[in-house]
Parts: sequence; C-alpha cells; structure tokens
Amino acid sequence: MSSSETDSGRPTDTNDQPSGATDRDGRSGDRVVDVEDVTFGYTATPVVEDVSLTVEAGEYVAIVGPNGSGKSTLMQLLLGLLEPDSGTARLFGEPAGRFDDGERIGYVAQNADTGKEMPITVREVVKMGRFPHIGFGRVTGDDRTFTAALRETPVSTVRGVLDAVFGRLTPSDWAAVDDALETVGMTAFADRRITQLSGGQRQRAFIARALAGEADLLVLDEPTVGVDAESVDAFYDLLAALNAEGITIVLIEHDLGAVVEHADRVVCLNRELYFDGPTEEFVESDALARAFGTEARLLTGESE
Amino acid sequence: MSADLAAVLLWNALAAVDSLVLVGVDPSVLLPLQGGLGAAGNLVFGVLTWVLEQWYWLMDWVYYVTRLEMLNPRYRFMHRAILVGLCIGVMAPLIGTFLVHRQLALIGDALAHTAFAGVAVGLFLNAVIDLGVSPYLTAVVVAMIAALFIELISEVTDAYNDVSMAIVLSTGFALGTTLISLNAGGLAVGVNQYLFGNLATVSPTSAAILLVLFAVIVGTVVLTRNQLLYVTFDETAAAVSGIPVNWYNRITVMLTAMVVVGAMQIMGVILVAAMLVVPVAGATQVSRSFSESLVVSVVLAELAVLLGIAFAFYGGVTAGGIIVLVAVGIYVCTVALGKIQTLRGERVTPDMGTIETDSADAGAKAGDD
Repeated sequence: MSSSETDSGRPTDTNDQPSGATDRDGRSGDRVVDVEDVTFGYTATPVVEDVSLTVEAGEYVAIVGPNGSGKSTLMQLLLGLLEPDSGTARLFGEPAGRFDDGERIGYVAQNADTGKEMPITVREVVKMGRFPHIGFGRVTGDDRTFTAALRETPVSTVRGVLDAVFGRLTPSDWAAVDDALETVGMTAFADRRITQLSGGQRQRAFIARALAGEADLLVLDEPTVGVDAESVDAFYDLLAALNAEGITIVLIEHDLGAVVEHADRVVCLNRELYFDGPTEEFVESDALARAFGTEARLLTGESE
Repeated sequence: MSADLAAVLLWNALAAVDSLVLVGVDPSVLLPLQGGLGAAGNLVFGVLTWVLEQWYWLMDWVYYVTRLEMLNPRYRFMHRAILVGLCIGVMAPLIGTFLVHRQLALIGDALAHTAFAGVAVGLFLNAVIDLGVSPYLTAVVVAMIAALFIELISEVTDAYNDVSMAIVLSTGFALGTTLISLNAGGLAVGVNQYLFGNLATVSPTSAAILLVLFAVIVGTVVLTRNQLLYVTFDETAAAVSGIPVNWYNRITVMLTAMVVVGAMQIMGVILVAAMLVVPVAGATQVSRSFSESLVVSVVLAELAVLLGIAFAFYGGVTAGGIIVLVAVGIYVCTVALGKIQTLRGERVTPDMGTIETDSADAGAKAGDD
C-alpha cells in the first residue's frame, strides 16, 4: 500500500487523542483494556503494527477499519487469544494471555461463526455464561479458608463442593439466566432451538449469555453481519442501554454508519492506528479516507 | 503442507511405537512388570468378575420371566454381548454428540483404524514373544496415542482437517495389515472378529475391559460436561471465558479412542464409527435442547443395539452390520418425525419481547450481589 509514508508521520498526532481520554481518570485500576505497542503477524508481515490502545471502564469504543485491516486480530490480542509478537496486552491490569477471570468478559462473535445445526435451546446457550462461575472459587470465595468454611457451615460447604464437582447450577445461577433473558427480551424464546431464530434474535441470545456471566466488558466482533435492518437498530439500542448501566463495550464493526451513530469513541485501524478519539472528531477528520483509501465512500454511499 | 506434516508426524509416531515394541521389549523385562501391576489388576478384575456374575444372574432371571431363547443361561456369551452392547449404547452417543456438532464425525473412523493397528500389535506380540495381553489393551494404547497426535497436529496447524484424518486412518489400517501379514501363520484367522465384530467372542476379559472403559468415559463426561458443551458450541467464547480449550479437546479425542476400542468387540473396526454418529444424527432431528438430544441419542442407540443383537441371534447374521442397519433405519424415522415436528411447530410463533432498559437495571443489580 502507498500509505506507508503518511503512516510514519501520523501516529504522533493520533496518539495524543487517547492520552486525553486516559488522563481524565488516570487510575490504572479502571483500565479495562491496555494494549501497548503491540505488533502481531501470522507470517513475517505484521497484521497489526505498533498499536497502542486503552479502554477505561464504562467506555463505548468502536474499532473500525477496512476488511483485512487487523480488527479481529487486534480483538484476539486484547482478549489474550493470541500472544503479541512484541508489546504487551493487559486485561483488567493482568497480562491478557494469562487472564483467567473469564466471567468478566462477554464475547459475541459474528453470526456466521455460530450458525451450527446443533440442538440447543436459548436458555442452554445463556446458561453457558454461568459456567465460569461454577467451581471451587465460590466455595472458598469469601474470606474464610476451606477448613473454616467446612467447620462453620458443613452442609452448605459440602453441597457447594458437590455442585462444583458435578457442575450443577445453583438457584441464583438460574435467576441470573432468567434476568439476562428478560433484559434482552427473549424470555418467550427461552425454550426455542437456537437454529430456529433469526439472526437478530440469535445475537440477542449471545448478549444474554454475556449478561448472565455478569460481564464487565462486552466484546463484539461484527455482531450485526447477517442481521436484518430492523433488528440491527434494536440491537444497538440494547448495547446503548447496557453501556448506560456501566458495562464497557468494545465493538468491532465495518458498518461505519452504525458506529458514528452509536459509539462514543472510534478507533480507526488499518494495520496501524489511524485515529483514536471522540466520534465527532472522527467524522470531521480525514482519518477515514486515509485508512480506507478508496473505500471511504462507504460512509456516505452505504453500498455493501 | 499441513498434510505432509501430519503424515510425517504420524508415521514417525507409529514407527516409534512400533520399534519400541519390536526392539525394546524383552519378555523377561515385561513379565515382572506385569506381575507388579497384577496385584492391583487382580483386585479390579475380581470386582468386575463379581459384577459380571450379578449380570448373569439378572439375565437368567429375565430369561425365566420372558422365556426369550436369546437369554438362555446356556448362552453366557449372549449375556456378555448384551452387557457390552448396552454399555456401547450409552457411551458411544455420549461422546458422539460432542464430536458430531464440531464436524468431527470422521475422527471415530480414523481412530478405529488405528485401533486395528493396535490389535495387530497385540496379536503380533502375543505370537512373537508370548506376551499374553489382550489385543484390546494394546488397541486402547495405540488408539489413544493416535488420538493425541491428531489433536496435536490440529493444534499446530490450527484446524482439524480431513486430510490429516484420512492419513491417520490409512496409516493405521496399513500398519495393521502389514503387521498381520508379517506373521501370517494362523493370525489372519483371528482378525475377522476385530474387523467385523462378533457376539460369540466377547470373553469375560474383554467384557471386564469394557466395563472399565465405560466407567472412565461416563465419569469424565459427567464431570466435564459443561466445559465440553461450551467448547463444542463456541470454541472462541469458551477460550475467552477461561476454559483451557486445548485440554478439553485432548480429553475428547482420548475418550473417543476408548469408546472406539470398547465398541469394536461387537461392532468391528469398520462399522464402529457408525455408533458415534448415527444415533446422534437421529437425536438432532427430533430434539430441541442439548440435554434432550443426549438422552434421545442414548435411547436410540440402545434400541439399535438391542434390536440388532436380537436380529443377529435369531437371523444368524453379523451383529455389527445389522446394528448399524437398524440404527440407520431409526435415523430415517427420526428425519420423518423431525419434518412433521417442524411443520406442526411453525404455526405458533411467540412474540418477541421488547428490550427493556428498566429490566437492564434489575439485571445489573442482580449481577452485583
């Protein structure tokens, strides 16, 4: 690509955009995602190069870029599914690759990835969100040691151990599942087979799974691919409502119209970082034209 | 490229196992080893023999009630065959469900053929150095090694692919036939029962081996079913939620190897994979939920096994073949049933609830405590 000369000059002025955002409340404890100088390539050619990105708790960030720009790779890096070749990726202050507090993250993939012909109901899908909560962690979760817990409340401790061993959900788990279904308006569909749902309904079910897991961070990878226009609007309303509740949202999206309309902050990526800042500034800037090249007319043309 | 890698890796692995067995093993070294294991083994075997005795007693009792000639106490082998069949009917669809929904239906076939190589290794050793182990035990070992290799290859190349599966399958079978032909004197006669399965050759030892495999498989699935389900349904989301996906994949393929060897006794190498796939495919047609599909697939498999064994006994045909035919017949019925179900089900469509911002509050609050 011919953009390499312009790239070299650009990162300096894109980098002062996020610093404004991070300085606002600089406590690193609130930093949900912290990616520093990350470079990654499946082969010798990097797909993501020298990208730095921080996301604070409660933000609504959209990552945009043309196809093959490394959006999904960046997402996998920040979730710790890939190890960066250089640089560091941290989730909630821990190295992303070793982060094992899985219930704090909700992940919603592209519709196409989960369109299997598997017999499974909506409720069973949402139930999976509770799986990271089942385990010995909850037996000794409070400050007591296991022996102390065994001495004070032997019956409930033993039951907790059995639940953990056999992976049984407790009534409070089921309550969380039902709440999540209700939040996304899918209670009536709870016992429907997921393959019978429309694309929009299916994505709601996956959001519900993340909610049932009590996720603090919702990462969505092009969630509206293959979803009808009407459901897309409802879907973004749901995301906005959840964000208002304090859930951090990182949205990977190629539909620039939706991004401009809904996200608070836009990160524009094409191998390198082209823009990182408030949505209004993104619309006015020329970052889009530079990152997308000729594809920039997508924003106005909406021709896909 | 990945196919080459797979071929090389697999060939090396099988060759290594082979040379280890051929060169490294001296009967005088192995015998004390067997003796050491024997003490623990005898205890387990004692318990299993007791279980078998109880099963005979139960079958005798059923015979006196039903007067089914198949259950006549004179035919102890039939009692064992039914026990083995019932166990297969539980464990094969149980594991098969986790394979079929990941498009891994053929892995059972590949592992069955490597298990055949394991049988050949066992027969070969018994013939050459008089080791005296059951070929099913060597089959379990070889199939599990092959299963691990398939899994490791897929981790390196980032995908299960049918090419590496096909290479594993043919390597296993080729190794098996080669070993058997090496030692053709009298061996080829005994091979048929492993290729096609046989009701009459289910010995008390192989029934005991199967009971152990059954306990291991069902126990593992009961303990890890949540994680297996999550990994099966959505591998990436499972990884994000902190489940060590690779480990569960390894567990799945190892269990598959065990099922295949267990079911081989009456199904035979060539048809064993059908039990992993056909009942599950049938259950998928008619069930709505995952837990329902697990139960239905077990029921369908048991039906196929029992009817198949009965047909085999009274009709004098090969059990493996007739069981698979019955299973496929049942599958066809479930397809028809599934079509009727969807036609009737389409009439009622519930209204989709609206997204409630208010209840998002409630959800968040519930999340806090």
